Amino acid sequence: MRAFTPFDGLVAPLDRANVDTDAIIPKQFLKSIKRAGFGPNAFDEWRYLDRGEPGQDCSRRPINADFVLNQPRYQGASILLTRDNFGCGSSREHAPWALEDYGFRALVGTSFADIFFNNSFKNGLLPIRLPTAAVDELFAQVAATSGYRLKIDLAAQTVTRPDGTVLSFDVDPFRKECLLNGWDDIGLTLRHADEIRAFEAKRQIEQPWLFSKVA
Amino acid sequence: MPKTLYDKLWENHVVRTEADGTALLYIDRHLVHEVTSPQAFEGLKLAGRKPWRVSSIVATADHNTPTDHWERGIEDPVSRQQVETLDANIHEVGALAFFPFKDARQGIIHVIGPENGAILPGMTVVCGDSHTSTHGAFACLAHGIGTSEVEHVLATQCLLQKKMKAMQIKVEGKVGAGVTAKDIVLAIIGKIGTAGGTGHAVEFAGSAIRALSLEGRMTVCNMAIEAGARVGFVAVDDTTIDYLKGRAFAPTGEEWARAVTYWRTLVSDPHASFDTVVELDAATIQPQVTWGTSPEMVVAVGGSVPAPEDFADPVKREGIVRALEYMGLVARTPIKEIRVDQVFIGSCTNSRIEDLRAAAAVVAAAKGRGKAASVKRVLVVPGSGLVKRQAEAEGLDQIFLSAGFEWREPGCSMCLAMNADRLEPGERCASTSNRNFEGRQGAGGRTHLVSPAMAAAAAIAGHFTDVRELV
Repeated sequence: MRAFTPFDGLVAPLDRANVDTDAIIPKQFLKSIKRAGFGPNAFDEWRYLDRGEPGQDCSRRPINADFVLNQPRYQGASILLTRDNFGCGSSREHAPWALEDYGFRALVGTSFADIFFNNSFKNGLLPIRLPTAAVDELFAQVAATSGYRLKIDLAAQTVTRPDGTVLSFDVDPFRKECLLNGWDDIGLTLRHADEIRAFEAKRQIEQPWLFSKVA
Repeated sequence: MPKTLYDKLWENHVVRTEADGTALLYIDRHLVHEVTSPQAFEGLKLAGRKPWRVSSIVATADHNTPTDHWERGIEDPVSRQQVETLDANIHEVGALAFFPFKDARQGIIHVIGPENGAILPGMTVVCGDSHTSTHGAFACLAHGIGTSEVEHVLATQCLLQKKMKAMQIKVEGKVGAGVTAKDIVLAIIGKIGTAGGTGHAVEFAGSAIRALSLEGRMTVCNMAIEAGARVGFVAVDDTTIDYLKGRAFAPTGEEWARAVTYWRTLVSDPHASFDTVVELDAATIQPQVTWGTSPEMVVAVGGSVPAPEDFADPVKREGIVRALEYMGLVARTPIKEIRVDQVFIGSCTNSRIEDLRAAAAVVAAAKGRGKAASVKRVLVVPGSGLVKRQAEAEGLDQIFLSAGFEWREPGCSMCLAMNADRLEPGERCASTSNRNFEGRQGAGGRTHLVSPAMAAAAAIAGHFTDVRELV
């Protein structure tokens, strides 16, 4: 995972609540055994007019001009503005993979579903929770201003608007540290391998029925 | 201080805790299927790591597998490659149990784990699948996880997790005849919303939950995620213990007795306190039908589709407008006037033997009426090979077939339509699955979530109908 550095990015608004991971990346693309290449199929059913199938050349598909991400003013967006409960539904990590591959580096919204929230951090995609009033205001400003950009600084935990207003956000210290440094959390956990082994050995004595052997 | 069941399950698995509360939780059971595991196995291999404890793994192929013509194999080459990748990965690393495509015990991962006794009370269970919450029915701490976490658990046998808030959802009283576990959980979601449980671990409690069979409890816990909760569970009681006795991977002899003594402690202490408590009166719960594109868009079968002006919040109102349009429905339409094109009975929510019995009982009560002519297809997809054979031994397959229903091989099937079973654009389906999202059962498909009995009733009537008037 790459380290998360401060950046200034174009904002695209997705003004609907309960955007589920089936909408972010439909099931037919989950048949891939790779981690990369999901970007062209992010929001597939909203973005294109034809039926999406794995292996298509998406640059030749008919575009749904009404879908917000297809509007010329939002091309190159790296921040997605969202509503309540974004990322609900299936645990598919293909959802943050698709968003990241599309070019998003941060999501700004009121609330995110738990599994999606967690998966995003593992992929260098920062989900930022702000109060509803602040998010409402951002939606209004994005709609009113072409080329609307936000500055995001994870170390300082701030989102800065073009008018200079600084919005602070909360983030778990552990997640923040991992994202800022681009750390592989498996490597971190394995530094405690002795503790895990000791815990496991004790457990095997206390609850042996949990350790059925491979037949 | 009195402890909640969540406190007990949590404390029993913490290996260590970081300063900010992030804990390493030891994982007892790792369920694996073909869709969310290939990248994890690949990552493991690329990093030169080995799985920590392969005897924690129970694996099967379920999402991509066809539900008919097994002799032809998997015709879609992309699906076939994913299933073959799972075969190769498990053959390479090993597992406690692996039920590949066409195995007699193959089936939906959340059906085969419990029915083989591979899910035991007090376990932490993970799977790269949001419906892992199902296993909370056994008083397990069962988390749906992403693929990076699948790799993390493979490599370390631990999950990085912060303790969530505790919610208790109490359903007291007795449900009426014809009202099932599915109706209870849909009513809960209708009440608290699809984000109601976000950030919470939910304990389902109360006399109506205790009165449910273990399979009914699995249905309720399965859809905790549709209420926003990553984990949901039910305390241990006689129903739990009775279900487990004699199952393939359950302990025996002296170990069984020791285990049962421990399992009995897996209940919330009297006076334990919860961050949030939600109460429902079981007697008021009616058979439920979702009308929209989120599981919270649900009403009783006697009700009508709502209108946007019923909602004050503009974001919510816009959501209703969009859902009505997608679903091809007009506000205020009575639910019973909505006609269906297809019916799907199956999924990790409702494909167990009791679900099939409930659906068959409705068909039998209709006395030979069979599937309505206007209904194009009724798919009955058992949750596993074992469920299928049990149903056939009871003659349920014959009841379904004589009513014009299709009796299929086990798998996830049209719950998410990764295999060939899907809706065509605009088709409307009464489905016993768990998600009515746009495109979930096929691009442009329209899903209404119901119980197995209500699905069977809709298949016969051709439209939604109150199952209580049929039986």
